[in-house]
Amino acid sequence: MLLGIIPFGVITGVAMVASGIPPLVAMLMSIFVFAGASMVASAQLLASSAPALLIVLTTLVINLRFMMYSASLRLHFADAPLGRRLAVAYLTADNVYGLMLARFSEHPGDPGKFDYFLGAGLLVWFAWQAAVLAGVLIGAGVPAAWRLEFAAPLAFVAMTIPLLRDRAMVAAALAAALVIAFSSNMPLKLNILLAAATGIAVGLAMERKKWNSG
Amino acid sequence: MELWLILAGMALVTFALRAAFLLLPPGVELPALFRRALRYVPAAVLTAIWAPEVLVQNEQLPAGAVAIAVAWRWRTTFATIIAGLLALHLFAWLI
Repeated sequence: MLLGIIPFGVITGVAMVASGIPPLVAMLMSIFVFAGASMVASAQLLASSAPALLIVLTTLVINLRFMMYSASLRLHFADAPLGRRLAVAYLTADNVYGLMLARFSEHPGDPGKFDYFLGAGLLVWFAWQAAVLAGVLIGAGVPAAWRLEFAAPLAFVAMTIPLLRDRAMVAAALAAALVIAFSSNMPLKLNILLAAATGIAVGLAMERKKWNSG
Repeated sequence: MELWLILAGMALVTFALRAAFLLLPPGVELPALFRRALRYVPAAVLTAIWAPEVLVQNEQLPAGAVAIAVAWRWRTTFATIIAGLLALHLFAWLI
């Protein structure tokens, strides 16, 4: 788990510095935003001097999945004190969420849920920040010939594939991929919004179809 | 200055999304359709992020296929990244 986020963190740091974000701001972004995919996308948008509002909107779309995680984590932490809920919210990351879901489905009544979440979340947090810092410090020192920037999409492939457990989910991903493939000339990543909306609609439609035929 | 605004905006939006349902009062129920739609958000959004980098007519396409196969079989991020990067260089050399 940690092995996966380290290369992703390093390239996130490299991407931010390469787009002209000062190292200190890059680290602050890593701490306050703490969401790699949106940081890589923002760095690319900044490099193409996109307007601030669009960058924030893109962040909203890319990080919409955290809303789904919070809906799911609510089932486990709804009665926890506010401070704990805020800590869970801040530490929610793709891999922490995945790990928690696996653990909580095996031990639904576990009284140590929060401690487990906090432990895994902090471990991922420190590993992530260290990796981003390494990337920020290396900066342009990585030879372009290594093509390390390809590690970012690869990290997302690794997060996506395990989600594709039923037909509706596969259809949602395929629809998103198709839309994005045929809308590449849309300005400034707005096609992510279109692809995501189409994918969600197709997933829901496939789900309904399954119910009708079953 | 604009960079600080972007940083603040990104941080606020991201934390709001993470906290959204954890801060709702316990009695509040969400519309069923909304909850079902949320299920598809990660698969759709994550795919929309990586697909443009992989669906390119050069060595990135076969390298992406290798990465998908490795992710399918072993389900580990590290193996997927290493296999994908090695495949990228291999296909770049072959093509």
